[in-house]
Amino acid sequence: MDHDTTALAQLADDVVALIAERGPATAPGATVEANVRASRSRHGLTRFANSFIHQHVGEDTRTVAFTVAVDGRTASTSTTRVDPASLREAVDTAIASAAEQPVDPHWPGATPPVEVTPRRAFDPATAEGDPARRAEGVRAFVDAAGDLAAAGYLDTEASWEAFASTAGHRAADASTRATVDGIHQTARSAGSAHETSSRLADLDAARSGARAADLARRSEDFVDVEPGAFEVVLAPEAVSTMLTFLAVYGLNAKAHLDGASFAEPGQAQFDPAVTLLDDPTDPRAVGLGFDAEGSPRGGVTLVEGGVTRALAHDRRTAGRTGAATTGGAIPGGEAIGAVPLSLRMPGGSTSPADLVAGVERGLLVTTFNYVRVLEPKSQLATGLTRNGTFLIEDGEVSQAVGNLRFTESFLDALGPGRVLGVGDDDRLADGEFGPGMVTCPSLRLARFTFTGGASG
Amino acid sequence: MFEHASKAVEAALAAGATYADARVVIRRGERLSAQNGELEAVGNDLDAGVGVRALVGSSWGFAASSDLGDDAAAARAGAEATSTAKASALVPGRGLELADVAVVEDAYETPHRENPFDVALEEKVAVVVDATATMAGLDGVAVATAQLMFWDTEKWFVSSQGHRIHQHLVESGCGMDATAVGEHETQRRSYPQSFGHVETGGYEVIRRFDLPSHAPRVAEEAVQLLDAAPCPSGELDLILESSQLALQIHESVGHAIELDRILGWEAAFAGTSFLSLPELGSLRYGSELMNITADATIPGALATFGYDDEGTPAQRVDIVRDGTWVGVLSGRDSAHLAGLAPGGMVRADGFNRMPMVRMTNVGLEPGESSLEEIVAETKHGVLMATNRSWSIDDKRLNFQFGCEIGWEVRDGKRVRMVRNPTYTGITPQFWSRLDMLAGREEWHPWGVPNCGKGQPMQVGHTGHPASPARFRGVRIGVTG
Repeated sequence: MDHDTTALAQLADDVVALIAERGPATAPGATVEANVRASRSRHGLTRFANSFIHQHVGEDTRTVAFTVAVDGRTASTSTTRVDPASLREAVDTAIASAAEQPVDPHWPGATPPVEVTPRRAFDPATAEGDPARRAEGVRAFVDAAGDLAAAGYLDTEASWEAFASTAGHRAADASTRATVDGIHQTARSAGSAHETSSRLADLDAARSGARAADLARRSEDFVDVEPGAFEVVLAPEAVSTMLTFLAVYGLNAKAHLDGASFAEPGQAQFDPAVTLLDDPTDPRAVGLGFDAEGSPRGGVTLVEGGVTRALAHDRRTAGRTGAATTGGAIPGGEAIGAVPLSLRMPGGSTSPADLVAGVERGLLVTTFNYVRVLEPKSQLATGLTRNGTFLIEDGEVSQAVGNLRFTESFLDALGPGRVLGVGDDDRLADGEFGPGMVTCPSLRLARFTFTGGASG
Repeated sequence: MFEHASKAVEAALAAGATYADARVVIRRGERLSAQNGELEAVGNDLDAGVGVRALVGSSWGFAASSDLGDDAAAARAGAEATSTAKASALVPGRGLELADVAVVEDAYETPHRENPFDVALEEKVAVVVDATATMAGLDGVAVATAQLMFWDTEKWFVSSQGHRIHQHLVESGCGMDATAVGEHETQRRSYPQSFGHVETGGYEVIRRFDLPSHAPRVAEEAVQLLDAAPCPSGELDLILESSQLALQIHESVGHAIELDRILGWEAAFAGTSFLSLPELGSLRYGSELMNITADATIPGALATFGYDDEGTPAQRVDIVRDGTWVGVLSGRDSAHLAGLAPGGMVRADGFNRMPMVRMTNVGLEPGESSLEEIVAETKHGVLMATNRSWSIDDKRLNFQFGCEIGWEVRDGKRVRMVRNPTYTGITPQFWSRLDMLAGREEWHPWGVPNCGKGQPMQVGHTGHPASPARFRGVRIGVTG
């Protein structure tokens, strides 16, 4: 199984040709443009709970998705029926549908030719997705703890995609991803671990299992603490959640145009220790070399030394503002806007242990759970801690504590003067919205507000 | 399509599965959205393929293929499902068995009057464009959006036990919101509820909710909220309008009673439940007024169907009776393990996803009061409407909700609008404080079209009938 995208490139070309052929027949006299994506996704997933595999899933799906514009009136279609007759029907329906609509004022035109360098973050063994290899990984995760109850998943995914536009742009790439994500549980507690890479062989499920088990065992004899404002050390998963919300709701040009974003480019909105990049060039990044509009996923500095520098753009918002696309278009993104698909906060020089060592009294948080934004402009959010929360006293982890609910503005939490340390443990972290999107380190923050404990 | 599914089942059995079933699914979706009087997007999706489930020992294997072109592809998917399940033997558990259900050959179709895909696009575009133009026309409204959404799903289900079931489901929904932007915050109002409301049925659903006629009020309230007083803080009486109560039911009851969560099958991501099976039949979930059912037969409700994705017929199951926990949401495997009757509550998000326990229409049976009566009998409280945010812990105990709008109630009257209303609580304590409940006239089958669960994430369509209710002494106004 290799990264060859020839067949998909041909399929995308065929659909462009079909649109060129059917346009005059379905919408006589009109100018018909289109962006076409032909993709294949092969996903294998091994889920385990109560320390055994209970669901084992394989999926192989081909999809053609395209946006047609008839004299600037647009319609989008996605279909898994990719035989010629079905595609012809889908194209005719889409052109007829587009022709009936008002002009789309923000349609930027079919994507013109632009150089795209395939990332080729592709590993044939991962693409193969052998269920026995995934099961071996699960065995290692489970065995790492012995008598604890394990649950989680180990998955492999391969994506091949080709892009073609009526304006002559062509791009193709393939990528793979593998993730192990799981918990070990005692009767009263749980601990978690997460690893993601473009190569299955990079994952060490036994190491993850041992980490999760250690957190679970150290959390078992927890006590409840009174809610309030605490200094905190957040592990990468918790930081990843914060950064995801800031990026999706705020560092998003469409949200900014709508007036719903906190972002004020040029302003020092964050602590000087905060730098955020959309960085597909990082060797750990997963994903394709282009976005849903066929634009190259380029590196962009969103926040530099605490100063908001740029926003994520697709071609729609770029056209409205005179900016350049940052390659952040996502399928169906007309309403949502662009998303930094490879968000990265560079690591610092302090070990996680030294971050803890600097705290007189505070909390160490492994992950957040079920985080939701209460108010997008201020980034006021609520959620809970999960899978290992600990009290820090005099620079040492002194006691496990029960899960706490926080109500805190992420913007304030990372604001000027609030970041007291940046860990050297930056890695791909899971942040509630799926693996492979955020690379970040642990952080020590001056203040984080907890508004409730497990008992209310 | 039955033959295609049968080939998959036969191949799974030939490869060694003890049980197999297959679903051919063809799902068509359409979504229109507009912003500020301009059409934003029209999208059509077609997902079609076959998904095969094979049981070997303690594990399900599942394989899916989008190739409906020839039977050989279905057979390959069937064999792959079994071989994948066999690979699980490296990490085995207790063998799974399936609770008995009647084996049927049957068909079901959603009752609907107007096929939404036959309605002229021009008419549908006019609804969202006009509604957003009206809202955006009010000074102070920065962003006005509206959406229509439709799904037409055909399923052919075949099992190795002899099921052959064809279903045609039709779902229609709509939603709109106006956002007013202040210097430091935004305020939003939505209709009919936040994130859109969906029912089973045709375009008649859209006509009934009539977005354009509600647009002026929605816009005015969004602007008014910018200058409204902050929500008071403290332990006050909480009155919830029915769509917020629907989400309260969804999060603090619906997910908690999912048997796969109770058994630990979703522990890593979605979480578990504060409920444990030995407490079934005795645990006090709430006050005497609390009567919850899971009913997949309510006409028009979003989770109404003929059979679930295991071939179990739609049914009504008591979940909480007079405040006592008495039922769960289950599938054939989880029900057998727990020694319960299967509830017909297993569904998948398309052909390429493994079916899992899903809420049907989990709702609160109506009481005998009314919203106006509840307000009139409240000395000091806050009436909250329309969800804005939701968060609950992994055991479904500790929750915090934010609503779009509130009205402070004093001495039986709404005295002022309040902004950023929130409340928090612990599930059984909260439900024990339910003391007034509006009647059937105000009971509405709210539909939630965006319930996430599973790995990979599946989006489920669930229903939650509810009427306005009062909860005494709730912690209100959590601000951080």
